[in-house]
Amino acid sequence: MTATERAAGTVANYVDERTGAAKWLKKTVTKVFPDHWSFMLGEVALYSFIILLLSGTFLTFWFDPSLKEVEYEGKYGPLSGLKMSAAYASALHISFDIRGGLLMRQIHHWAALLFMVAIVVHLLRVFFTGAFRKPREFNWLIGIGLLTLGIVEGLLGYSLPDDLLSGTGMRITETMIQSIPVAGSYLAYFIFGGPFPGEIFISRIYTMHILLLPGIFLALITVHLMLVWYQKHTQYPGPGRTEKNVVGYPLMPVYMAKAGGFFFIVFGFTAFLGAVASINPIWLYGPYTPGQISAGSQPDWYMGFIDGLVRMAPPLETHAFGHTIPWNILIPGLIIPGIMFTGMALYPFIESWMTGDKREHHLLDRPRNMPNRTAVGVMSLTFVIITVLNGGNDIIATHFGLTINQIMWASRIGVIIMPPLAFVITKRICLSLQRADRELVLHGKETGRLVMLPHGEFIEIHEELTPEKKWTLTQHEQLAPLAIATEDKSGVRNPKGIRAKLQERVSKASQEQIEKPTSNDILELGDGHH
Amino acid sequence: MSSENHGKDIAPLSDPGLPAHQHRRTDTDPKAAKKAERQIGILFTISALGALLFIYSYTFMAENLFIFMPIMGSTNAKQLFLGLGMAISLFFIGMGAVQWAKTLMPDHEVIAHRHEFRSDESDREDFVKTVKEGAAAAGLGRRSIIKRTLGLALGLAGISPLLLLRDLGPLPKEDFAKTSWKAGTRLVTDPGNRPIKPSDLEVGGVAQVLPELPNGVVRQLSDVGKDAVLLIRIRPEEFQLDAERLSWTHEGIIAFSKICSHMGCAVALFEQQTKHLLCPCHQSTFDVTRAAKVIFGPAARPLPQLALALDAEGYLIAKQPFNEPVGPSYWERDSA
Amino acid sequence: MKFISKYRRNRFFGPALLAAALFVLGTSYSVASATTFKQVTPTDDKTTLIAEGKDIFARGCSSCHGLNAEGGAIAPSLIGVGAASVDFQVGTGRMPMADMSVQAMRKTPVYNEAETAALAAYVASLAPGPAAIKNEDLAWERSGDAAQGGELFRTNCAMCHNFAGQGGALTQGKYAPTVMGAQPKEIYEAMITGPQSMPVFSDKIITPAEKLSIIKWIKAAQAEPNLGGASMGRTGPVTEGLLSWTLGIGGLIGVAVWLTAKAR
Repeated sequence: MTATERAAGTVANYVDERTGAAKWLKKTVTKVFPDHWSFMLGEVALYSFIILLLSGTFLTFWFDPSLKEVEYEGKYGPLSGLKMSAAYASALHISFDIRGGLLMRQIHHWAALLFMVAIVVHLLRVFFTGAFRKPREFNWLIGIGLLTLGIVEGLLGYSLPDDLLSGTGMRITETMIQSIPVAGSYLAYFIFGGPFPGEIFISRIYTMHILLLPGIFLALITVHLMLVWYQKHTQYPGPGRTEKNVVGYPLMPVYMAKAGGFFFIVFGFTAFLGAVASINPIWLYGPYTPGQISAGSQPDWYMGFIDGLVRMAPPLETHAFGHTIPWNILIPGLIIPGIMFTGMALYPFIESWMTGDKREHHLLDRPRNMPNRTAVGVMSLTFVIITVLNGGNDIIATHFGLTINQIMWASRIGVIIMPPLAFVITKRICLSLQRADRELVLHGKETGRLVMLPHGEFIEIHEELTPEKKWTLTQHEQLAPLAIATEDKSGVRNPKGIRAKLQERVSKASQEQIEKPTSNDILELGDGHH
Repeated sequence: MSSENHGKDIAPLSDPGLPAHQHRRTDTDPKAAKKAERQIGILFTISALGALLFIYSYTFMAENLFIFMPIMGSTNAKQLFLGLGMAISLFFIGMGAVQWAKTLMPDHEVIAHRHEFRSDESDREDFVKTVKEGAAAAGLGRRSIIKRTLGLALGLAGISPLLLLRDLGPLPKEDFAKTSWKAGTRLVTDPGNRPIKPSDLEVGGVAQVLPELPNGVVRQLSDVGKDAVLLIRIRPEEFQLDAERLSWTHEGIIAFSKICSHMGCAVALFEQQTKHLLCPCHQSTFDVTRAAKVIFGPAARPLPQLALALDAEGYLIAKQPFNEPVGPSYWERDSA
Repeated sequence: MKFISKYRRNRFFGPALLAAALFVLGTSYSVASATTFKQVTPTDDKTTLIAEGKDIFARGCSSCHGLNAEGGAIAPSLIGVGAASVDFQVGTGRMPMADMSVQAMRKTPVYNEAETAALAAYVASLAPGPAAIKNEDLAWERSGDAAQGGELFRTNCAMCHNFAGQGGALTQGKYAPTVMGAQPKEIYEAMITGPQSMPVFSDKIITPAEKLSIIKWIKAAQAEPNLGGASMGRTGPVTEGLLSWTLGIGGLIGVAVWLTAKAR
């Protein structure tokens, strides 16, 4: 036994005698994790969160969340002597006087952007592979919660330095609060401590940003990971992989090295971005005052869809009985996002209602094998992309020689006709891909080698797929559409009535599939070459 | 080919099982393994060098040194190398660890079995029995007095602390409708606080304007958020206004609230040739000749117009306060 | 000839031939399209300058602005715009306008300094207007206050030209151009003449001293290196988001693909 082994043994013994840890640690170190790059997207988000915690804590050592007016006496010349809030001045101090301060500010902000990008890409992966199905619905809900909170946390975070750009964003946020019927003006005054901007809102959002929300994040992320741990990760279909097993690598040493290594890679990459790419140059924006505005003012990208919706909203406002309801703010700012996020949250339950499938699933779907779900996903993505692009319509106009008027009208019309178009096109593409898979299994892969037969006919040689590949292409389940009886054997009507009929109709439309080849089909093909 | 399977009782589309394990070069060739080990060593060494770069930059590099880099242009050397040092230091630890896992650690795929989540019937029954017995023992179902008063106590205890939030802010009351503009308030430049005579503003010109504050009063940002006004001068014949609104102008000079009626951004972008005002936030466009009527974009209401007059010394003043609340809409807003 | 047949199958022959043909075509066009303008030499005789200006005006400007600069359907009257307007518009190449689009863009000036001065003298003779400014007359380096200039810029200019003077969109395809790289006199003349969509900033609204401060701030912003790294056009969150979606997640996915790939 080496000295290290003896030391480790003493420590292990000390801990185990007090906690009985060896028993569950034994299972833990051999836990199996499937290995695929698309499973690492959630990891990017997790590691970005840790980077945010570390870099954020650093920033709190110098940031002053106060709106008290001070005169700038720091080293950045073009702001010398100007009146600004202490918050803005302290952010400038971090950027210019603290060594590595600007670097940490930039790492923090890039990590925030990457955090949100990773969450969205991870969400897309989970959606398109059907990983949200039973038993993982709860984890999906937590994920949607993390997405929503992430958007809020980011908004609050970049508003802390109280610069012209983020202050404008706060003004717009205040307007959305104020526009809420009945309670809006009270909520706005309570949140901002009076008329906008007031003297206190930075310290309030500071508490939310460094204490309340990170606490909720930690709790949600912990439950999210514990569920993945306990329910075991899903896996892609393939030879040797079933609904009842997990194939992959053990935690120790492989997964620890890969996942741990990936943490350092993500951190290093974020630091690289912080080193070479300028982000949020608050000294150029200037301190916030409601009397100033910059051309090309946008929020961070994850708020872009709301900005785009607000820009394309028709100028609708109801004024009646001494009260005003500004639909042009409520609909794009609160109602449509509410519908979007509620729809996303409920999707697992909607899909299981549509398909009637209430079983557990641990094998992932290939997107083409669930054409309806994939089409719904692409449709929603099209909607979001159009709104995000419209949020940057003035920047796009100047850089691509278009007009803001054209882009706005194209977005208004596009956001209504493009999503259904995307749905239809995607579904047809998925079904075509299924057809292609079927051809592959039945006739093999085209090799591009031409052979002339003795009687003069040219044929292309097709190579039969390996059994592993054939299995991967045909292992999926094709559920038949629901057939719900309107009456049972004794003639009693189904109490679900219209709902059941609707479910049947929807199930039939959503379960359109190209039949996968069965073993009979292969047998029937017999000796046919090609 | 499928010909060999003719007539046999087969299921060609059944799971062929995990493919056979393929050995890596490092598994079979000790020289390749040693090479991989050296590679990993190099990666970790690069990381160490990155950390040294970080330490050097922090301690010795001058703060005002700028160097030229492609794409980045002239950039601060200390900030760049601090960042690059940190990036290299972290990144290559990760690369080394991953390369170690990929080349040297065992890459045999392991199979673990999933257990059914559903508990045994006996466990379920036991649980239900225990809960039922516990509930019965508590007697909540039978003891309606306890149930009702417990509900009352918990409900009040939960709701009443919300009162503590009342002092988060004052009640808005009439605040939204009030600005610092009163009859006789002088218009002053922002910044500069200089009063303005009509001759100061040329045709086609604009001025950013705030109300003159009484002596000793300090201007708060909350005031600016409601008081900011944009002064515009066009040729008087270009106005298309009714008589009342025309009387609020002076020799082609017209004043509007600068706070966008949509979502409160500053509307100060005046297109001299088209006489349009553009708000850069959401592209609401207002026609100055028609009292800031909305001609494009999501704003639902025109910008409130400030009535202008001249005081005894010839400076521009507000004739009266705004005739409607400035800024975005809210529930209690009572004018079209 | 032997050279051509010897190398005709060389793989560089085609591209070289193409390059040679383009060169010949290009230089022939330049030679053929070169025009000589009557050289205008600066003269102390103001009347001669005005006459020369009127001559240039008749040839190059009157088709849109009218024979007496009275304006018309497609171009405004130039009576009263002053020498400063001409110096700005012609000096930055905006005028003569190449095509009748919504935006008069800065381009290589058609007229040299002497010709521009002549045009300016002519237009100034039509009616009183702001005089042209010379760079050397603007003591912005000495008397400008960059910090105050920044405040003035953000209050009066940033809504069109963006917080860093990079330019911004107006309606219907018009745009406020970048102010980076503009000469001090161009900035000053633009403020006092209000070219095209830009409003006029009279001297009582933004005093001459304040104008010098604005110029000083613009020059400071122009000279300022990107303190945090590549700035992607000083445009704000749009380009930052774009980078995170392309290089950011793209790079990390690339690493993830490598990480999960089996070693050879």
